[in-house]
Amino acid sequence: MSARAATAASSPGRRAPLVLTGAAVAVGAAALLPIAYLVVRAVQTDAEARALVPFATTLELVVDTAILAGGVVAAALVVGVPYAWLVVRTDLPGRRFWGLAASLPLVIPSFVAALALLGALAPRGLVQQALEPLGVTSLPEVTGYWGAVLALTLSTYPYVFLLAAAGLRSVDPSSEEAARGLGAGRVAVFLRVTLPSLRPSLAAATLLVALYVLSDFGAVSLMGYSTLTTAIYVRYESLLALDSAAILALVLVVLAVVVVVLASRLRVRGAIYRATPGAGRTVETVRLGRWRWPALAFCSLVSGTFLALPLAVLVWWSVTADPITGRAEIAWDAAVNSAASAAVAAAVAALVVLPAALLAWRYPSRLARLLERVTLFPSALPGIAVALALVFFGSRAGGFLYQSLALLLAAYVLRFMPYALASTRASLESISPRLEEAAISLGRRPLGATTAVVLPLARSGILAGAALVFLSTVKELPATLLLRPIGFETLATEIWKGTAIGAYSAVAPSALLLIAIASPLVYLLSWRNAWELGAAD
Amino acid sequence: MNRKIGLAALAAMLTAFAVAGGAATAPGQTTSLTVYSGRDEALVKPIMDRFTRETGIELRVRYASSTSLATALVEEGRRSPADVYWSQEPGTLGLVAARGLLRRLPQKTVGKVPSRFSTPSRRWVGTSARSRVLVYNTEALADRELPASIWGLTNVRWKGKIGIAPTNASFQAFLGATIHLYGENRVRTWLRGLQANDVKFYPNNTTVVQAVGRGDVQVGLVNHYYLYNVLADNPGLPIRNQWFRAGDPGNLVLAAGVGVVASSSKVGAAQRFVDFLHSRWAQRFIARGPGAAEYPLIKGVARRPGLPALATIKGPPYKLGRLSADIAPAVRLLLELGYLR
Repeated sequence: MSARAATAASSPGRRAPLVLTGAAVAVGAAALLPIAYLVVRAVQTDAEARALVPFATTLELVVDTAILAGGVVAAALVVGVPYAWLVVRTDLPGRRFWGLAASLPLVIPSFVAALALLGALAPRGLVQQALEPLGVTSLPEVTGYWGAVLALTLSTYPYVFLLAAAGLRSVDPSSEEAARGLGAGRVAVFLRVTLPSLRPSLAAATLLVALYVLSDFGAVSLMGYSTLTTAIYVRYESLLALDSAAILALVLVVLAVVVVVLASRLRVRGAIYRATPGAGRTVETVRLGRWRWPALAFCSLVSGTFLALPLAVLVWWSVTADPITGRAEIAWDAAVNSAASAAVAAAVAALVVLPAALLAWRYPSRLARLLERVTLFPSALPGIAVALALVFFGSRAGGFLYQSLALLLAAYVLRFMPYALASTRASLESISPRLEEAAISLGRRPLGATTAVVLPLARSGILAGAALVFLSTVKELPATLLLRPIGFETLATEIWKGTAIGAYSAVAPSALLLIAIASPLVYLLSWRNAWELGAAD
Repeated sequence: MNRKIGLAALAAMLTAFAVAGGAATAPGQTTSLTVYSGRDEALVKPIMDRFTRETGIELRVRYASSTSLATALVEEGRRSPADVYWSQEPGTLGLVAARGLLRRLPQKTVGKVPSRFSTPSRRWVGTSARSRVLVYNTEALADRELPASIWGLTNVRWKGKIGIAPTNASFQAFLGATIHLYGENRVRTWLRGLQANDVKFYPNNTTVVQAVGRGDVQVGLVNHYYLYNVLADNPGLPIRNQWFRAGDPGNLVLAAGVGVVASSSKVGAAQRFVDFLHSRWAQRFIARGPGAAEYPLIKGVARRPGLPALATIKGPPYKLGRLSADIAPAVRLLLELGYLR
């Protein structure tokens, strides 16, 4: 992505400070810890444990997980790309509003999405009740595969939207103009020039969405669709089946790595590059004319289903009492725990990735590149696999770490620090090394120059990375379920516990609170950063 | 300026959080016990609170499924932070005991309950009894239409109308006992028959009973007392319990039970907790508290009005002590057939 910039910033003559290298190596080693523990555990299993993961069952789970990922990727692309095109390239009325509406579902955790969609679309749910006067007595059920696709599309299409929008903005207008000049129609230009040049963005989006689906636990559980993550959890909850859980977790990790490899090939093949740097030139806006009505209908349908409807369900539940499970309550303690643990995880993650980021930017070497990759690796690790590995680690290490808050926070940091690294790295790219050199020539020591000059300039990227970690942590469910210390509940676990006893409406206020805590963060996540997140696999 | 205030506020919050976290994990100055509870927080929290009020002993309670807590105890071995294990179900207790992880209880403790709710080795003791039943929707079905035996549920008449909770420890115990009594092949065939009948899976007994109440399914295999718990929230639901014919495995009487963890250094306090669960107050709460309807095991505490006497429930001829050996094959079968996945 940035080989040129990296070379410009590098200073081959200087060696990296030992502190920096040491810290980066330590963080990189920590990033590999979960996978190491899983491998060790899975290798040590006996025949009895392996009998609990019959080949046919495993294959079925892999296939079911893969077709879910495929379905969600397809649905998210179908929804997200046209939406982005309408917002970025046309004169759609209210584009700013639609842009915000399309990105906001980012703050809805997948299990809350599933909960709300179930409440809205279930056989006797809100939508059917609302349509009752019109003679609608039954709706098709939204559980199982299609239910999971719907809930996960809600949670993931904003990534496609944001990445596609960023891609559409940076497309070289001259290619399209040339195609038009050669007589191609609008549709042909879109299909044969615009879409192919979006390829890197869409490959990045595909990767993000696929990894999201592989690691999702909450939505698939609520929708009653079995995937590898639910199978791992069932074995964790089951009697003496931890070894078989470790085997399945390893299978899941392998599947995720396969997805990463496939996506990186997708990105390289047949990419269309800019012919010119093309700074500042904007693309011609497409006038929709009377097509703006179907366009508005499309945006309304998408944001109505994926934003307004779930929020309406949650608000409705919050103000009414369910006849079966009783009145709604807010878990304030859990809200404090959610916000505070996410803040700590975000701060720590932003801090621990700095050595690797600085090393890769200022002192590029084979080791620096390796450390960067290793630190990015956990982004492909499903949360439940990380959590299971830390359960093994914790019960072996024993002592103060076991069932401690520290271990849960470590899981958050390990799992989400790649976001912080990607964002920090990207913001460093734009900083001239001359500034730091100037500081050093004025008598600063290298590390002092970095803290005094470079970090303040990279602040926006560091903050955006931390914001992403915060957002992801607040929404996290499986690792929290497995690792939370005694008596420590977050909003996510409170909501989960409520759904387990069928008290859907009782958890609605907590779900709204969770969304409220997360939503300001969307402001911090500029569209540029979403692109960088996707670009850094 | 603003940024500095923001940073200061963040730092203050982090510090407060770290201190609170430290306080939550540090051993308290007063005596505290760590209880692994497979019993649901919603059901037993008042008992925990009352114990602390009466004895001054703080409780740190890890609520999770009985099976996952048994797994955790085995995984942790001698390093376990747990002092007491309170399980929904005797099989998990027996399994943990078989690995030498539970202490022998005093004869006095075990002698308080009928002998079928403990074992000769005295590693665990029952705290309440419950029966497996068939819960059914009274609007959809008359009681004469109900099957006389669990074996009848594979009849095509019940297609799409049965709800179960395969992850529930009591369901797994029932299945283990049935495997012991009738052989694995017969149970495998039965489970396949249920799958052919589109049996519906729910996360736990409560959601099964709710589903029967809503009419999503017509019958469910559950423990008897969830009916009362669900009715307490919604008295109008058309649901009732039915027992199968005498001796049917579907009438199996089970027990919730408790044991003291062998590695615990707080045996005295742990024993007080066990004694408290056998106290009149706790037994009455378990039997007749709000929404509760389990069978008390201590003489002189009455069961909930309307329940048949425990002695009149004709369960299968099966000793609960066997469950530690029989529950694992049941779990394996459920995993193999895709009931757990």
